[in-house]
Amino acid sequence: MRPAPVKPSLTTQDSAVISTNGLVKEFGRFAALRGVSAEFTPGRLYVILGDNGAGKTTLLRSLAGLAQPTRGKIVVLGTTNLRTVCGQIGYMAHPSLLYDEMSAMENLRYFARLYEIFDDATCARMITSVGLDPALARPVAQYSQGMRQRLSLARAILNDPKILLLDEPFSNVDVHSAREMAGLLAKMRDSGKSIFVVTHQASLLENLADEFVWMEAGQITRRTSTLQPVEAQ
Amino acid sequence: MSLFAVTRATLAKDLRLEWRSKDAINSMLFFALLMVVVFSFSFDPNAEESRRIAGGLVWVAFLFAAVVALNQTWARELRNQVLDAYRVSPAPANSLFMAKALGNFVFVVVLEALMTPLFIMFYQLRALGPAWQLIPVAALGTWALVVNGTFFAAISIRTRSREIMLPLLLFPFSIPALLAMVNATTAILTGELSARFWIVLLATYDVVFTIACLLLFESVLQAE
Repeated sequence: MRPAPVKPSLTTQDSAVISTNGLVKEFGRFAALRGVSAEFTPGRLYVILGDNGAGKTTLLRSLAGLAQPTRGKIVVLGTTNLRTVCGQIGYMAHPSLLYDEMSAMENLRYFARLYEIFDDATCARMITSVGLDPALARPVAQYSQGMRQRLSLARAILNDPKILLLDEPFSNVDVHSAREMAGLLAKMRDSGKSIFVVTHQASLLENLADEFVWMEAGQITRRTSTLQPVEAQ
Repeated sequence: MSLFAVTRATLAKDLRLEWRSKDAINSMLFFALLMVVVFSFSFDPNAEESRRIAGGLVWVAFLFAAVVALNQTWARELRNQVLDAYRVSPAPANSLFMAKALGNFVFVVVLEALMTPLFIMFYQLRALGPAWQLIPVAALGTWALVVNGTFFAAISIRTRSREIMLPLLLFPFSIPALLAMVNATTAILTGELSARFWIVLLATYDVVFTIACLLLFESVLQAE
C-alpha cells in the first residue's frame, strides 16, 4: 500500500530550515544513512517513521551535530557549520540526558547555564509546561520513566530553540501524558518552531503532524501528508 | 558564551554530584589507604631510608589512586548519555575540560590532605630541608597528574577497556612530572639538594600540558 504523497510545499534551499544533500553516514562497513537528500520547511511538525535500523536516530543525531557525516552536506538555518547554530537547536535523545542524582530543578538550572540562561523562573516554567512540579526535590533517579521523558523534553525546549529534534519522546509514557506532550508539540509548532519527531507511536501525532517522513535502509523513501495509505482513504 | 560562567556551573555540578555519591573520594581513599598499609608492611626503613623512599611511595600511591577518580568523573557523563546534552549546547568545550580538571584537582587534594598524615605517621617522616616547599610541589604535582589524567580519561572513557586504556595513555606522559615530583620531595625531605630545579620543571610541565590539553580537547569532545 502506498501512503498518500505529501502536498507540494516550500522546498527551495533558501526557505528550508534544514536541508540535506547526499547525506551518508557509515559506521565501519555499515552505512546507517545512504544518500539522504531532503529539505524541510520551517514551522512544521515532521514525524520520521521507519523500522528499527532504518537510520532515523542517526539522521536526527546528524542534524543535531552529534554525528559527523561520512559524506554529503547538512545545512541548518542557512549554515553548514552546525556549531554556530547549536543554540537554536533542541535535542531530546532516547536516553534521558539527565543527571540521576540531581532534582529536576537542579538539572535544568545546570543546563540553562550552558545556554546563558540564569533565571530560575525559566527553568520552573519549562518544568511546569511538561506537567511536572519544579518544587519536587527528589532526584531524577526516583522518577518514573514517563516523568523522565517529560523532564527530558523540558531540557530540550529550555533554550527556546527554533528547531526541535526529538527521538522517541513518547516511549514508556502513558497514553494520557503522551497526548499532552503531543499537544504541547503542536502548540510549539504553531508558534513557529520546526519539530522533528522520531517515533514508533505515530498515531499520537496523526492529526497534528504536517508531514510523515518514511525511512527504509538509511534512505527517505517517501513523504506523505497523512499517516493513512492512499487506498485506505 | 562565558568560559568562566560555564566552568563554574559545571564545577559546582560535579562537586555536588560527588558530595552526594562520594564515588570518587571513597574509591581513592580506600585504594590509597591499602597502598600505605601494604607499603608499611613491605618495607621497614629507618628514618634516613624513609626520607629517601617516601617521595616515590607517596606520589606513586597518589597517581594510582587518582586514576580511580579520573575514570569516575567521565563515567558520570556517559550515564544517560548526558555528555551529548553538553555537546549539542553552545557551551565551550574548554569549560567542560577546566571544570573536570579543577574538580579532579579538588578530589586529589582532599585525598592528599587525608593521606599525608598517615604517611608521616607510618614512615616517621620529618623534612630536613625547607618543608614549605612541599606545598608548591604538591600543588604543581597534583595539577600535573589531573590535567593529563582528565584529558586522557576523556579519550579512554569511550573505549571498551577504559580501565586499562587510561593508565596506558597517562603513565608514559606522566613520567617527567613524576620524576620531578619524586626528586623535589626527596630533596626537601633529605635536605641534601635544592628542589628549585624540579619545581621549575614541574611548573613548566604544567603550563605546557595545560595549554596542549586545552587546544586539543574540543576534538576529543566532538569525536564520536
